[in-house]
Amino acid sequence: MKYFYLIFSGLKRKKLRTSLTILSIMVAFILFGYLTAIRQAFDAGVEVAGADRLIVRHKVSLIQLLPQNYEAKIEAIDGVSNAVHATWFGGIYQAPRNFFAQMPAVPEDLFDMYPEFILSDEHKEAWLATRSGAIAGRGLAERFDWKLGDRIPINATIWGKKDGGRTWEFDLVGIYDGAEKGTDTSQFFFRYDFFDETRANGAGLVGWYTVRVTDPDKAAEVAAAIDAEFANSAQETKTEPEGAFIQGFANQIGNIGFIIMSIMSAVFFTILLVAGNTMAYTVRERTSELAVLKAIGFTDRGVLSLVLGESLALTLVGGAIGLGIAALLVSMGDPTQGSFPVFYIPTRDFFLGLLLIAAMAFVAGILPALQAQKLQIADALRR
Amino acid sequence: MTTKANGEVLVKVSGVDKVFKRGSEEIHVLGGLDLEIPTGEFLALMGPSGSGKSTLLNLVGGLDRPSEGAVEVGGKRIDQLSDRKLAAWRARHVGLVFQFYNLMPVLSAQKNVELPLLLTRLSAAERKKRAAIALDIVGLSHRAGHYPRQLSGGEQQRTGIARAIVTDPTLLLCDEPTGDLDRKAGDEILDLLQALNREQGKTIIMVTHDVHAAARATRTLHLNKGRLSASPIDQ
Ligand SMILES: Nc1ncnc2c1ncn2[C@@H]1O[C@H](COP(=O)(O)OP(=O)(O)O)[C@@H](O)[C@H]1O
Ligand SMILES: [Mg+2]
Repeated sequence: MKYFYLIFSGLKRKKLRTSLTILSIMVAFILFGYLTAIRQAFDAGVEVAGADRLIVRHKVSLIQLLPQNYEAKIEAIDGVSNAVHATWFGGIYQAPRNFFAQMPAVPEDLFDMYPEFILSDEHKEAWLATRSGAIAGRGLAERFDWKLGDRIPINATIWGKKDGGRTWEFDLVGIYDGAEKGTDTSQFFFRYDFFDETRANGAGLVGWYTVRVTDPDKAAEVAAAIDAEFANSAQETKTEPEGAFIQGFANQIGNIGFIIMSIMSAVFFTILLVAGNTMAYTVRERTSELAVLKAIGFTDRGVLSLVLGESLALTLVGGAIGLGIAALLVSMGDPTQGSFPVFYIPTRDFFLGLLLIAAMAFVAGILPALQAQKLQIADALRR
Repeated sequence: MTTKANGEVLVKVSGVDKVFKRGSEEIHVLGGLDLEIPTGEFLALMGPSGSGKSTLLNLVGGLDRPSEGAVEVGGKRIDQLSDRKLAAWRARHVGLVFQFYNLMPVLSAQKNVELPLLLTRLSAAERKKRAAIALDIVGLSHRAGHYPRQLSGGEQQRTGIARAIVTDPTLLLCDEPTGDLDRKAGDEILDLLQALNREQGKTIIMVTHDVHAAARATRTLHLNKGRLSASPIDQ
């Protein structure tokens, strides 16, 4: 594009002002990128939640347990292809701040229900062969620098052992990877049979069920059928889509998405004023230059585009650097030192960032650009 | 007085009025003005300040439109062109030289001269070559990479002239091109304009206050009270 240098040369004019403007745009986009990653951390589960998966929990609350024999009953319901149970272990590894999810699971069921967890056959076999065996997600293993064969002691907060002890020791026999970028690899699974045998109480009780339906379009009907099945029993159930379940979990902390949106709106509004101000001055100071361009044959439309182009150059430089720095910061790890299940800027949000860059350029530049477009040559040259 | 005019009328201004409105006030600058300029002429336009010299120049260059009357250049009614067509016409046919040079401070002399060529279909290499030739004509090849602030007034004006001639325009319009220069630099500019007229047959209209400058032209007209005459009316 032959007008490139003309557009970019505009940025060289008032170097200090341009730099400050670019800097503030940059800061806005660093914030945007970073907060996006945080929101993603909270939304991750919701997004990767399978449309064909339902969660069945106790009607009263999540802490209330359900009998393990519900599994067969759920599987007998029309439209259910599989049901697996899970239980919140809630133990502490070394210190409470080292939080991560630990859950007993039936190995075959786990991989059947969550194809997004990738574990090599070798590790699978090792797990099946080791009663005290456990597997960790790649992110979790890296966080604590665990190696295969490590013995992981976890202090129980809920589940004491039959022998009166509270420290559970697991042997790390496998590390699973996520099939996708958004897959949660921060979890820790150990064998349910080992758990059920070792725990002091609650034998035969589980936390909740994950149910796969044969037809996602009929998920709502299946959910209703499950709840109907256990209505008026000692343990009534509440069944909801996996996404909604995880969302509810995240909402316990607050509406993160809303908080982040509010911050971003305030930041972008401020930056828009800064950029708009810069563009307004740029045009006002260069009235005669723009008139000369028109005099030598640039059309009104051409001058309009030039000013908008300059506005875009401004936001693009600031925005691109900002997004770049945000990506770098995010790649250096999450602010909780690893409690987030995932921490990255989704590609979708990079595109959203580019869109914001363009929108900001337009909003900041359009009024000055229209002013430049309207400029009468003879008038402007007299000033 | 030598004249290269070949007699063919290039610019024809007929019955032109120009009225500016400033609020409710109307300023009649030109009234029923007629002017014919043959191809190849170097016309000096003199007159007191505020008499409408720049206004007339703007009308001929298609930078402004008359309130009344017709402006023809090369047989074409430019006052009737749409804004868009008029812009294209200016790009193709008019070279402008300003009193205060009006160069882009952030562009080198070379890039300033190339500016009008951006509106053509020429390749980058061709644009560069033509700009170099134009700079050579005005004797500034050695300053091509310099920025306006690194150039003297005379050099800036020569850059301005290079920018004006780089598209090989039909008409060269100069509004007090030596008005901001000392005598020596001004003379060099006048030498240059005269050479462009004589050697390249450029038709030039030059607004000037300076009798000495006007003497370089092939014809001098005086504008006063909205009318043109061959001699200063106030004499
Ligand atoms: N765009 C304009 N708006 C209002 N008045 C103008 C405008 N352009 C010129 N004038 C007025 O027209 C008169 C002639 O101006 P100008 O052509 O610049 O004179 P000169 O170039 O001979 O000094 C002046 O009185 C000036 O104030
Ligand atoms: Mg004037």
